[in-house]
Amino acid sequence: MGIIEAILLTVITAATPLVLASLGELVTERSGVLNLGVEGMMVMGAVLAFAATQATGSPYIGILAGIACGALFSLLFGFLTLTLVANQVATGLALTILGLGVSGQIGEPYVGMSGIKLQPIVIPLLADIPFLGPLLFKQDLIFYLSIALVFGVNWFLFKSRAGLKLRAIGDSHGSAHALGIHVIRTRYLAVMFGGACAGLAGAQLSLVYTPQWVENMSAGRGWIALALVVFASWRPWRLLAGGYLFGAVSISQLHAQALGIGIPSQFLSALPYAATVIVLILISHNRRMTLINTPASLGKPFVPDR
Amino acid sequence: MAGKRGRVSAVGASEGRGSALLAVRSLTKLFGSFAACNGIDLEIQPGEIHALLGENGAGKSTLVKMLFGVLAPTSGDILWKGEAVRIPSPGAARRLGIGMVFQHFSLFEALTVAENIALSLSPGISLSKVAEEASRLSHLYGLPLDPKAHVADLSVGERQRIEIVRALLQNPELIILDEPTSVLTPQEADRLFETLAKLKAEGRSVLYISHRLEEVQRICDRATVLRHGKVTGACDPRQETPASLARMMVGSDVASVTAAGTNTKGEVLLEARHLSVPARTPFAVTLKNVCLKVRGGEVLAIAGVAGNGQGELFDTLSGEYPASDASAVFIRGKAAGNLGITARRLMGAGFVPEERHGHAAVPALPLSDNLVLARSQSDRKTFLAGGLLGIIRQAVVRIASKRISETMDVRKSGENPAAGSLSGGNLQKYIVGRELDRQPAVLIVNQPTWGVDAGAASRIRQALVDLAKSGSAVLVISQDLDEIFEVATEIAVVNEGRLSDAYPAHELTREKIGLLMGGMYGKTDGEVAHAH
Repeated sequence: MGIIEAILLTVITAATPLVLASLGELVTERSGVLNLGVEGMMVMGAVLAFAATQATGSPYIGILAGIACGALFSLLFGFLTLTLVANQVATGLALTILGLGVSGQIGEPYVGMSGIKLQPIVIPLLADIPFLGPLLFKQDLIFYLSIALVFGVNWFLFKSRAGLKLRAIGDSHGSAHALGIHVIRTRYLAVMFGGACAGLAGAQLSLVYTPQWVENMSAGRGWIALALVVFASWRPWRLLAGGYLFGAVSISQLHAQALGIGIPSQFLSALPYAATVIVLILISHNRRMTLINTPASLGKPFVPDR
Repeated sequence: MAGKRGRVSAVGASEGRGSALLAVRSLTKLFGSFAACNGIDLEIQPGEIHALLGENGAGKSTLVKMLFGVLAPTSGDILWKGEAVRIPSPGAARRLGIGMVFQHFSLFEALTVAENIALSLSPGISLSKVAEEASRLSHLYGLPLDPKAHVADLSVGERQRIEIVRALLQNPELIILDEPTSVLTPQEADRLFETLAKLKAEGRSVLYISHRLEEVQRICDRATVLRHGKVTGACDPRQETPASLARMMVGSDVASVTAAGTNTKGEVLLEARHLSVPARTPFAVTLKNVCLKVRGGEVLAIAGVAGNGQGELFDTLSGEYPASDASAVFIRGKAAGNLGITARRLMGAGFVPEERHGHAAVPALPLSDNLVLARSQSDRKTFLAGGLLGIIRQAVVRIASKRISETMDVRKSGENPAAGSLSGGNLQKYIVGRELDRQPAVLIVNQPTWGVDAGAASRIRQALVDLAKSGSAVLVISQDLDEIFEVATEIAVVNEGRLSDAYPAHELTREKIGLLMGGMYGKTDGEVAHAH
């Protein structure tokens, strides 16, 4: 395996959780709900996935546990913001803080334990393609899922009727309600999809990226995922590209150290955040692009007047 | 329940009459203790165009929202083809055969025409089929539409067509239209009336909500008049005079506004010279080479269909978004194009923006605070004490606030209530009064009486006319032609960010304005009629 191949493999591993978590948030935001709790849902998914894997010995049960945990945790957010109409920003922040705290508590006994790594699934024939084969077809289930989900979400949003309804709700929930579309129900589902994706991203961290449990192991990826949604201007394909770009930036510090490039590691670990800021500035500069794609009712609470 | 008082039906409908398509019996909707609809009776026959007349706040919208399943009635019955029905959702209303075209369109700007239509259709129909069917129907009823266009790029008239086509695709027996012509040019309205006639000929019923008497008389077979949530009359509008209909609607004869004299020609107090402003957002309008002059004693009214640059023009003239070029706007002869709103106020100008809530007033704050917010700089010496500390002289402010309320006949609960607790008309009177109280040399008003009842509208218009008579220059931006003809001495029309020449008001007809609104310039010869 050449050095470039090895580097690209690590980029894929670093990018997958970003793509997954932000894809879920993209769907949530397309429905008009801003859930800032991605980081919390992700870390909860990570710890539960790890715990379930330890208990059963199967990382696949771990994946399911991570997904279920993220979805359930997001349900708390949904109940507070959609049913009780609490402020979405404050509730999302609280969800992150709560998730980081609770996951630390749950994960206490697992600290330092060596985990079970999710094994790659080799796809016959395709995996034999030189260079690309090992990169794309000798990967673990979560990677395949992340790519399939990008395809799936793109199809759902822009080709299916349910996706059309979801976009309509995000554009104007009042009008959607007047048309008889179930705003609250759809938003619950969108929030839970976001939670499930974040939980899956968390499972990737504790089963693939570094198969062990470390407190706060999401390490700010939830925030990068949030920025990524804006970076992608709420479009799945741009999100995939952005996810790999951010993944590459975040992984570059390790390779720079390994290759002995004399850049302080603090600078490199700050790079993704700096890139986020730069991208946000560039995007907000292009008002037209943002306005046409931004879900117009994003973050606004909906109360049917009844 | 408090609201169910068993009002005697004004329609005189007997129980159990089966012929009506839709009948409503003592329908009541309470919001807290306030009865928005109070014992309403109404019958709509098959194949008739039935008008629902009433001022803003009469309960028309509440009534149709209950009919369309958006609001749940507090008490009373809805009968569809003689059978009592419950309409828990708009979907249920559509299944019965009721279609609705909303006043504030329920369209999604980011989606295409076909996507917008598909949203309200039963599932299982593919998008391409929707597009085909939509263009077929739109041609059949004379409502041309491009299914692939994005709604954000369409005019208001085109957007309304989407709403109508959307309703028609469900093959409804009753179509409810909520103030459909309020946003249309006269030509667009004529086309709409043709469509309605076609629908009627097919045996469909139309519930036509309006406060425009002329239209109701022209196209409606029957009319039910609402006032303060109660039925005050049911009649054949063609047998009535506009005055008698208005009396049912308003309750008393509306005071007519005395127009400003045209003989008082003062100096030019407000001027825009070749004002061009690029659009700030993809949905905004670019102002192109706008020139206007308003002299003291004049009321220049700018007519136009919504979304043709009115908001942008107001923002630039008021200084909310200053122009880059100082000489684009002159106030009392001084270049002010690049100055902010406070600087322009200090030059003697006053401004009343379009949105009452959240723009002209902070709804949660009391009236006195809203007064200080608007005039803290222009009336600094009066309202603020302590030099740089800027301590508010509450007593002085309250006296001024009381004076404004009395002058403009603002009806409110309590001495100094929150702005948001006032009705639309009373808050608008206060906001206009707040500027008039300064006796500004230049006053710029955007949509002064939008969504305001007839009484308040007449009070506000009179105040604008009186200000002009006292020698000030007044610029009114309005979509309401009645209003324009009541107050204006000069009229110009804005269309796609371009402003027409200003014509003396008595030289213009509605038709001519309608043509200008539609962007048809230069057809002036021979058709400029006399007084309207």
